[in-house]
Amino acid sequence: MSASNGHGMTLAEKVLARASAAERVVPGEIIEGNVDLAMMHEQGAQTVAPFHQMGAEKVWDTDRVVIAIDHWVPASTEGAAVLHRILRKFAAETNLPHFYDVGRHGICHQILAENGWVVPGDLAVGTDSHTNMLGAMGAVAAGIGPTEMAAVLALGRLWLKVPPTLQIRVRGRFGHGVTAKDLVLRVLGEIKTTGATYKAVEFSGPAISALSMPERFTICNMTTEMGAKCGMVAPDQKTFDYLAPIAKHAMHPLYPDADAEYERVLDVDLDGMPPMVACPYSPDNVRPLPEVAREHVKVDQVFLGSCTNARIEDLREGAELMKGHQVAKGVRFIVSPASTAIYDQCLKEGIIQTFTDAGAVFTNSSCSACFGGNMGILAPDEVCASSSNRNFPGRMGAKEARIYLLSPAATVAAAIRGEIVDHRELV
Amino acid sequence: MQEVIEGRVWTLGKDVDTDGIIGGKYLTIIDPNELKKHVFEIALPEFAANARTGDIIVADENFGCGSSREHAPQAMKAIGVGAVVADSFARIFFRNSINLGLPTVEAKGVRAIFEKGDTARIEMRAGRITNLRTGATVTFPPLPPHLLSLLEAGGLVEKVRAELAARRAGAPAAP
Repeated sequence: MSASNGHGMTLAEKVLARASAAERVVPGEIIEGNVDLAMMHEQGAQTVAPFHQMGAEKVWDTDRVVIAIDHWVPASTEGAAVLHRILRKFAAETNLPHFYDVGRHGICHQILAENGWVVPGDLAVGTDSHTNMLGAMGAVAAGIGPTEMAAVLALGRLWLKVPPTLQIRVRGRFGHGVTAKDLVLRVLGEIKTTGATYKAVEFSGPAISALSMPERFTICNMTTEMGAKCGMVAPDQKTFDYLAPIAKHAMHPLYPDADAEYERVLDVDLDGMPPMVACPYSPDNVRPLPEVAREHVKVDQVFLGSCTNARIEDLREGAELMKGHQVAKGVRFIVSPASTAIYDQCLKEGIIQTFTDAGAVFTNSSCSACFGGNMGILAPDEVCASSSNRNFPGRMGAKEARIYLLSPAATVAAAIRGEIVDHRELV
Repeated sequence: MQEVIEGRVWTLGKDVDTDGIIGGKYLTIIDPNELKKHVFEIALPEFAANARTGDIIVADENFGCGSSREHAPQAMKAIGVGAVVADSFARIFFRNSINLGLPTVEAKGVRAIFEKGDTARIEMRAGRITNLRTGATVTFPPLPPHLLSLLEAGGLVEKVRAELAARRAGAPAAP
C-alpha cells in the first residue's frame, strides 16, 4: 500500500497540535507539549532528586499526577521498600493526593485505565515503557525516564518530536480462539522490533472498531515492542461508554483527517489468521502457534499476568479453560491480576478458586513475573509460557531462560498440557 | 559538551535491550556507583571490569530497546562511557541518555566501520565519525539545536534549573 498524499493530520498529529496549542504540526517538528497526565511508578523515586536539583518548589498541577507502584508490591526487598518510601514522602511534601498505594494498587497502566485518568485528546506520559497502552483512549501516551519526569512535574510540559504515523488497517474477523494478542504479535512478526521506531502507530479499520476497550489496550500496549512512541485508536462510542462514569477530566475527542498523510499503511486481514506465538529471544520472532505446538516445547513455568493481558476478561477466559483440568505435573502456574479491583472481581466470580483448585498460584496484583526482578524468576535453561510482552534474554531471570509469548488462552493451555500447545485442541 | 569526542571502541550488535544493559534485578539500586558494577552484564560481560573513562559504545540498530529504565544510561555514564553511537536507538533510551548529558549519536552504517578496540573520533557539530585506525568515516545529521542545547547545558536538570531561576528572577517579588 502506498501512503496517501493528503495534507490533513493523523490522529497523533491532531493530539500534539492540541497539546502545543498549534493549528497544525508536521512530522519532524519539535514541539513543546502541555501534559494532561503524568504517571509515576517505582522508577519515579529517581525523579525526586532531579526535581529538587532543578530548584523546583512545587508540582505544576497536583490533580494531573498519579503515582501507582506495581513492580514490587508489597515491597519484596529492602531496596524496593526504600523506593516506595521516597515516593510516599515526596507525595506528602508536594501534596500529591492520587497515590495508589499498597491495598489500592495495580499495574500502573491498568490503574490509569480503570480510573479514567487518560481521556481522548490527552497527552499523557509515564515512567514506564508500556504507557503506550493508554493510547487506546484516543490519546498520545508515551513512556519517559525519571529525569524527564522531573522536568514535567516542574513545568507541566516536555519536548516531543512530532512522529510520522504508521497506519495499521485491520479488517476481517478473528477465528475461534484467536485474539487481539495474536493480532499484535502478527504485526510485530511482520514489522519487527524496529518497525515503528520513533513513530506513532494508528490502528483503524472495521476489525479495530469491533474490538472491546480491553482488547484495544492489549494492542496499543505492545506498540512499545515495535519501538513506537505511541499506539492509538481513535475514540468511538465504546471509548465514551467506558470513560463516561470514570473520566477524571474533560475529553477532547480528536480524529484523523480523511486526507491525513501516513508514512506507511499496513493492511492486515484477520480472516484465516491462526493464533501466534513469539519465540525466544525477541517479541518479533513470531510464528503460527500450530507450527510451534508440533515441536512439543516443554514448559517449567507459565505466567498469566502483566499489563498486556491480565484484565478481568483475560482471567475469565483463562478460568473457563482451566475448569475441569489440573496444572500439569512439574509446572508452576502463576496468575497475577492487573489490579486490585480485578483481584476483587475474580474473588466474587470464583475465578481465584478455579485457578487454585487446579494447582495454580493466584497472586496479589503486581507486574509479578513479567520483569524478572520480583517473583517467578526463571533459572538458566528453564522455559516459560507467558501472556506478557517481552522475551529478550534475561527478561524473567536467567539470560538463558526461554520465554514464549502467547494469548491468555494459549498460556493456560500450556499450563494444562505442560508444553506449548494449540489451545483450540482443548475446547 | 565536547565538540570532538575520542575514545576506545566497544562494539555491540543490534537490538541490545535494557535488560542486556542493566538487568531487572538491579532496578532497586539508586546509587549510580553501585549500578555501574553491573552495566552490560548480559550484553557485554567483560565490559564492567575492563572499561576505561572515555570509552565509546558502538552498536547496531535499535540500541536500548525495551524498558524505560534510566538506570541504563545512568550506569553507562557512571562507569565513564564518553559517548554512545549506534545505527539507531530506541526512543526512550535516546531521550534518557541526552537528558543525562551523555552524548548520543545516531549514524546509519556506523557499526560496520568499527571493530572492538578501534579508536573513534566523533565530531558532534560537523556530523562525522571517523575510525582513526582505518580512516573510514560515516556522516550523520547533527542533533537539532534543541538537543545540542540540552547537552551543552550538561543535561536536562541544568537546563530546567536555569529556566526556573530565570522565571523567578523575572517574577515580581513575593509580598
